[in-house]
Amino acid sequence: MAETSVTHAHDTNEQEGEDAHLWEGGQSPFRASYGKVMMWYFLVSDAFTFAGFLIAYGALRFSMPTWPEPDFVFTSFPFVHAHWPLVFVTFMTFVLIFSSVTMVRAVQEGHRENQRGVVFWMLMTILGGATFLGSQAYEWTTLIVAENVTVTQNPFGRHVADGVYLNDDGTEAKKEDGAPKEFYKGQSYLMHMHDGHVSGVAYKDPESKGEKMSQHEGVKIKYTTGAYAGQTSEVSFGPAAFGALFFFITGFHGFHVFSGVLFLTIIMVNAASGLYAARRNGYEMIEKIGLYWHFVDLVWVFVFLVFYLL
Amino acid sequence: MAAHHTYEEQKALVFYGLKLLGAITIVEVLVALLAKGHLIHGVNFTHGFGHYIYMALMVGFSIYKAYFIIFNFMHMALEARGLVLTVLLPTTLLIWAIIAFFQEGSSWGARREQIKEKNEAPAKPASSGQPQGYYMIPGSPTGCLG
Repeated sequence: MAETSVTHAHDTNEQEGEDAHLWEGGQSPFRASYGKVMMWYFLVSDAFTFAGFLIAYGALRFSMPTWPEPDFVFTSFPFVHAHWPLVFVTFMTFVLIFSSVTMVRAVQEGHRENQRGVVFWMLMTILGGATFLGSQAYEWTTLIVAENVTVTQNPFGRHVADGVYLNDDGTEAKKEDGAPKEFYKGQSYLMHMHDGHVSGVAYKDPESKGEKMSQHEGVKIKYTTGAYAGQTSEVSFGPAAFGALFFFITGFHGFHVFSGVLFLTIIMVNAASGLYAARRNGYEMIEKIGLYWHFVDLVWVFVFLVFYLL
Repeated sequence: MAAHHTYEEQKALVFYGLKLLGAITIVEVLVALLAKGHLIHGVNFTHGFGHYIYMALMVGFSIYKAYFIIFNFMHMALEARGLVLTVLLPTTLLIWAIIAFFQEGSSWGARREQIKEKNEAPAKPASSGQPQGYYMIPGSPTGCLG
């Protein structure tokens, strides 16, 4: 780093010994500026915050008898009326990887004191961050408006034993080909909400081809195996903690992306105005916001792992 | 910074990183879809040994991506050793946090029925004649310690 090197002027107080320069703004032992070192330590503390949230997610997930399957929950894609598991969130991951790469390019152009290059690559990074935020808005809207997930309610459930869906009059529900509408232990379903009431469920029939969902009108079920075999019951909500954890943790990450976009914009405008060129320090500010921006991508690696892959 | 590389080498490293991270992400998603039974009909790794292999693979890929981002994109490889250690060593505390809290969650899950029974059991009224909060010793003259 082309850091301003402080001259070792100890001639005035020789008697304080050779350690005196450590307390008088001498060379940093980490060969990095104060701002960069503090950015690293802020990121360490932020990493612990995110780790705390993700570990809470794991602990609560392990404490529940069932947990929604990500490949059943996250299947929507804009403008496409199909169920493509994990495809949209893969797109979001790529957007963040791309914006990380453009950020590295901005830092490199900064080292060459190339103002136009810095501004161009920062603009690309900002566009990437904004695209990610838009994608997250779409994902949240789908979950809240179409699927009725909130911080206190989760219509994505899984059956705890094998059984069969019942009609409202208590008889076994039949598929179009006359076979009973059966479900199996661990199978996912999405409850349809209508004016705050559950009217039926959507599920994926393993025997039907393609990604089309099967539907059942009504909420009654009968278990055929397990501790509740022979008992009639109703489909129940999945663990409410799922909604709370999803919105809180992805929201906290999204807030990091949002603040990152704001800071990137401010710093891009400053770079365009020639402020950092005048400092002659290799655009160190770009490097510092770059550290933050890569960290946001880094956290997403683990949010992606915990919420979507496992 | 990055004095070891020419500008062209640096640019090449960036696009290598893009290709590597993209490829790992695609492999991760394909393995996830295969393991969850979406790619080949009748093939999945949702239970038992195969599931553990799958989870270890996913965690391994993620940690490698994190390592690559920190050391190449954030230039941790070029920082002073002291800075690297003060950033990376504290995160090893998380290993115990993960073990302890996941154990706690599993234990809570395994005892759900017991917790439910205890919650539903009627509370015993405290007998009024005895001091509360003392360790009772049978046969001692006062019936309690202290």
